[in-house]
Amino acid sequence: MQDKDKTRRKVLIGLTSAVGLSGLPFAATPFIAAWNPSAKAKAAGAAVKLDVSKMQYGQQIQVSWRKQPVFIVRHTKESIASLDLALPKLADPNSDQIEEPYRGLNPSRSKSPEYSVFSGVCTHLGCAPKYFPEIEPKPWDATWNGGFFCPCHGSMFDIVGRVFKGVPAPTNLVVPPHMFDGSILTIGEDKEL
Amino acid sequence: MTEIAGKLFTWINTRLPIVNTFERHLSKHPVPSKVNFWYLFGALAAVTLIIQVVTGIWLIMPYSNTEEQAFSSIEYIMRDVDYGWVIRYMHTTGASLFFAVVYLHMFRGLLYGSYQKPKELVWIFGCTIYLAMMAEGFLGYVLPYGQMSYWGAQVIISLFGAIPYIGESLELWVRGDYYISGITVSRFFALHVVALPLVLIALVFLHLVALHEVGAGNPEGVDIEEHLDDDGVPLDSVPFFPYKVLNALVAIGVFMTVFSIIMFFFPEGGGYFIEMANFQEANPLVTPDHIAPVWYYAPFYTMLRAIPDPLGGLIVMASAVAIFFIVPWLDRSKVASIRYKGIYSKIAITMFGVSFLTLGYLGTVGVTEVRKTMSVICTIIYFAYFLLMPIYTKYETTKEVPERL
Repeated sequence: MQDKDKTRRKVLIGLTSAVGLSGLPFAATPFIAAWNPSAKAKAAGAAVKLDVSKMQYGQQIQVSWRKQPVFIVRHTKESIASLDLALPKLADPNSDQIEEPYRGLNPSRSKSPEYSVFSGVCTHLGCAPKYFPEIEPKPWDATWNGGFFCPCHGSMFDIVGRVFKGVPAPTNLVVPPHMFDGSILTIGEDKEL
Repeated sequence: MTEIAGKLFTWINTRLPIVNTFERHLSKHPVPSKVNFWYLFGALAAVTLIIQVVTGIWLIMPYSNTEEQAFSSIEYIMRDVDYGWVIRYMHTTGASLFFAVVYLHMFRGLLYGSYQKPKELVWIFGCTIYLAMMAEGFLGYVLPYGQMSYWGAQVIISLFGAIPYIGESLELWVRGDYYISGITVSRFFALHVVALPLVLIALVFLHLVALHEVGAGNPEGVDIEEHLDDDGVPLDSVPFFPYKVLNALVAIGVFMTVFSIIMFFFPEGGGYFIEMANFQEANPLVTPDHIAPVWYYAPFYTMLRAIPDPLGGLIVMASAVAIFFIVPWLDRSKVASIRYKGIYSKIAITMFGVSFLTLGYLGTVGVTEVRKTMSVICTIIYFAYFLLMPIYTKYETTKEVPERL
C-alpha cells in the first residue's frame, strides 16, 4: 500500500514537472528573441550603392555597409599580373576554405576584373586591416608586395584580401554579395546569387 | 525614553534576529588570532564593491545609453555635472582597484591554501565572483562608447564567432545589430547596472555565509578548531568585532589614501586604467593602431593572442580562468600554507606569479616575434602551475605544522 502510494506520487510529480517544464521554452522565447536585430536595425543594414568610376588606379576606398568597413580596390593591369608573386606566401590562394560567392570568376575575387570588393573586418578578431600598397620592405615583412596589414595582431593579406600563412587570421577576407551595374556598385545584394 | 527604545528593540528583535545575527557573524564570530596583511584584501574588496554600487547609481542618472549620446553624456558628466568628474573617476579608479585587491586576495588564497577542505565552496563562490566581475568590467567599459569601448567589444564579441556552427548567429544575437550599435550599448547597460550587480551581491553573500560556516584560515595553516575552550570557542581566536573590524579600518584608511591619490592625480593611470583611445568617440570604420585591453584582462588577452587559431585562443583563455575552480582538487598537499609546503611548491608559485605578471605586461604592448615566444612560454608556465600541482604537492617533503597558532 505504502509503495503503491509512492509510485503514484512520483508519477504525478514527474508529470506535473514535465508539463511545467514544457512551458519553459515558450516563456523563454520572447526574452531570447528580443535580442535579435530589430526591424529598425535590419532596415539600417540594407544594401549600399556607389559609383566607382571616379576611383584612381591602385586606390583603395572604404565604404560602410552595416557600419562595417568594406574595402574596394581598383587594380591596374600590372597589379593584377603581379598577384602570382605573392602565391608562396598565401595560406588559401583559391579561397577553398571559405564560402566564396564568386570563386574562380576573376583574379580580383569580385564580379569585376578591375575592382576588388571585400570586407574590411579582419577574420581574426574583427579589426580593420590597413592598406599599404607600396612595394617596399616593411617592419612586418621584408619582401612586402603591397597589401593589407592588421595593426591589432599583425595579420597580413594581399591586395585582393587573401590571407598570408603563419598569421593569426585563419581565412581570407570575406567577399560580400555585390553587383555592378555599369560603374554603379551595389554592396549587400546580388540579384544573380 | 530609553525604556520605550528598549521595548521597541525587543519588539523588533523577537521578529527579526538582530542580536543573534550580530553575535553570530560579528561580536562572537571567532577569527584566527594571528594573521598578516594578506588577510585584509577581502575587506578591501567589500569596501570597493560598495563604492562601485554607490558611484554607479549616481552615474546612471546623467548617463545616456544611446548610440548618439553615450559618448557625449560621459563628457557631460565630466564637464557639466557638478562633481561629475569625481564620481566618474571614483568609479573608474574603483574598477581597477577592485581587480587589484581581488587579484591579491586570490593570490593569498593560493599562498595559504585558502581553498583546502572544508573551504572548497568558499573558493568556488569566490571564483564565480571573479568571473562575474570580469563580465561586469567588460560591459562597463563598453558604455562610454569610445574607440576602445568599441574595438575592445568588437574583439571580445568576435570570440563568440569562433565557436563552430552557431558562432556567427550568436555574435549577431549578442550585438542585436550588424555592428556594436546603440542597441548593443543599451543591453550592456541593462546587464551592467541591474543583472550582474544582483548576481555579484548574491555571490558575495554566499561567499561570506560559507566562510562563516567553515571559519577563516590563517597563514600557518593551523586548524584552530582543534583546541577549544570550555565554551567551544577556539583558543587561538579573537572575536571578529572589534578585533578584525578595527584592524580592517586601518587597512581601509591606507587603501583610501592610495585610492584618492589615483583618483585625484592619475585617474587615467597612465593609460592603463582608462585607455587614451577611449577619449575619442567610437568609429566603426577606423581601428586604433594599437588595441590593448585594460590591465586587469591583459594576462588573458596575451594568451588569446599567443594562440594562432581564434577557437583555440578562446579555449585557452577560458580554461585559464576556469582552472581556478578546480584548484581545491589539484592540491594534494598535507599542509595548507606555503610556509610548510616543500621547495617545489615554492618554486611553482614564484614562477606562476612571474609568468602572470609577464603575461599582463605583454598584453598591454604590441606584438613582436620575441614577445610572442615569451607569451607562449608564460602561458605554458601558467598552466603547468595548475596541471602539475597534483604531482609536486604530493611528492614533496613538507614541514610539520605546529599544533597551535
